[in-house]
Amino acid sequence: MSAIATPSTSASQEAPPRRATMEPPWVRRLLIGITVGFLGLFLILPLLSVFIQAFAKGLEFYFQAISDPNALSAVKLTLITVAFAVPMNCVFGVAAAWAIAKFSFPGKTLLITLIDLPFSISPVVSGLIYVLVFGTQGWLGQYENADHPWFPWLQTWLNAHDFKIIYATPGIVLATIFVTFPFVARELIPLMQAQGRTEEEAARVLGASGWQTFWQVTIPNIKWGLLYGVILCNARAMGEFGAVSVVSGHIRGQTNTIPLHIESLYDEYNFTAAFAVASLLALLALVTLVLKTWAEHKKNAALKLAAE
Amino acid sequence: MIFSRQRTVLPGFNLTLGFTLFYLSIIVLIPLSAIFFKTTALTWAQFHEVTTSPVAMASYRLTFGASFAAAMLNAVFGLIVAWVLVRYQFFGKRLLDAIVDLPFALPTAVAGITLARLYADNGWIGHWLHGVGIQAANSQLGIFIALTFIGLPFIVRTIQPVLEDLDTEVEEAAASLGASRWQIFWRVIFPMLTPALLTGIAMAFARALGEYGSVIFIAGNIPMKTVITPVLIMGELDEFSYAKATALAVVLLIISFLLLLIINLLQWWSSRHHAHL
Repeated sequence: MSAIATPSTSASQEAPPRRATMEPPWVRRLLIGITVGFLGLFLILPLLSVFIQAFAKGLEFYFQAISDPNALSAVKLTLITVAFAVPMNCVFGVAAAWAIAKFSFPGKTLLITLIDLPFSISPVVSGLIYVLVFGTQGWLGQYENADHPWFPWLQTWLNAHDFKIIYATPGIVLATIFVTFPFVARELIPLMQAQGRTEEEAARVLGASGWQTFWQVTIPNIKWGLLYGVILCNARAMGEFGAVSVVSGHIRGQTNTIPLHIESLYDEYNFTAAFAVASLLALLALVTLVLKTWAEHKKNAALKLAAE
Repeated sequence: MIFSRQRTVLPGFNLTLGFTLFYLSIIVLIPLSAIFFKTTALTWAQFHEVTTSPVAMASYRLTFGASFAAAMLNAVFGLIVAWVLVRYQFFGKRLLDAIVDLPFALPTAVAGITLARLYADNGWIGHWLHGVGIQAANSQLGIFIALTFIGLPFIVRTIQPVLEDLDTEVEEAAASLGASRWQIFWRVIFPMLTPALLTGIAMAFARALGEYGSVIFIAGNIPMKTVITPVLIMGELDEFSYAKATALAVVLLIISFLLLLIINLLQWWSSRHHAHL
């Protein structure tokens, strides 16, 4: 009796019947299990541990750690850096995408490759190149100490004002601009290429000026792609560590950004304080992921519209 | 400008291209050229000595080995993750899909200290591993773990779109001809994913080679044992030996450029392959 009943019950449990392009249920369950296990171990567990370690010594310690004068000055420096890096790369990204997507000229592929270049360079090397240009042993230092320089007035001015780039805010800003250089441009170039130039041309023919066309036709079309690029650019700018570490000099309360302040705390075995400050950046990462998912959704809708 | 013969009513070509080239030169090209000018301060013999010293060679072996191993582990699990996220429906799928990008969004220093604490001998995972005699922190295994973390999204994100666009008709045809599910995967689906998979591996590998922030805390930086090349460069800089640091940076930079070339070729192959489907 049971021998007859078993196949029919298992068939009814499997409704709708398995299609030929579907794996057996046990394979599906195994693969989902592996995925959850792998992502849980490598992503979710570390993320949770940041917050748990941050509050290990209680709320009072947490708020003390993030309101410490050195922590606040690190936050301030990071915000100053972002205030320069993000708008500058944003303007660059829009300009580059306009030139590349709306016009044809020789060497375009090479230009796109060069724009992407900073992504493939080690952060440490990214910082090093600015030390070689602006450091005391670098081109700027050689110029400041040269016996017979070009433009002697410039050398006098630089030396008189103790003009510093490396181990100071300008170096940190430059290194951050370098590592976040491609973010906006690489989002906008494919989007604007897909959208073509017919809408802008129509606006021009109907009598709109160049700026009017840009603000009223192009910007509304690219706003989600632009936002997406800005979100990624901002996240990287706030969290950059390697490149900034090379040019900063690690002066507490002066040239420490948030990630560098975390390193200083960690190196002193002040783990709870390090994780408290780190939790701010982890929170930023979570906000970034949410905003990114949302902007990506909107951007893909814009791309789909362009394809139609 | 020489390219200004454009047959379009759109303005701003000279302005935008001019600004693009200016900004690119100031921020990227001129500083980058400094590295090649500075190495000429060394003679060829000196350059050779610095870049092939035992310390440097040990760092290359470690950096390459750990980056490759991490990319391979990610290739296997990334393929499974991408498959599950595209093909199956289950509770929490959208959350998992969003969290795959965490290594892109989480600053490397935060990832670094977190992994270092987790895998320390008294850490959540580290004390289990320690119990069975495995040392994760301050070892090459730790470097491998950190590089796996930062490389994770590359493979998932390159395979996902290809898998989404894959037509199930081909699979149905293979099934109707009597192929088993396993045969269909290996003979039909996997070959179509290969270009994207290789691109993802190359990208994860390239990213791992230059990685610094997530590695230094867990690595322990023991000379000749757990010092990766970027940390070696940093060490030379801390001692103000700019010439040595620059020479090592040139090696890293040339490898990065070669990898960039390979990735571009793979992407070109991938898109051509994809267009044929």
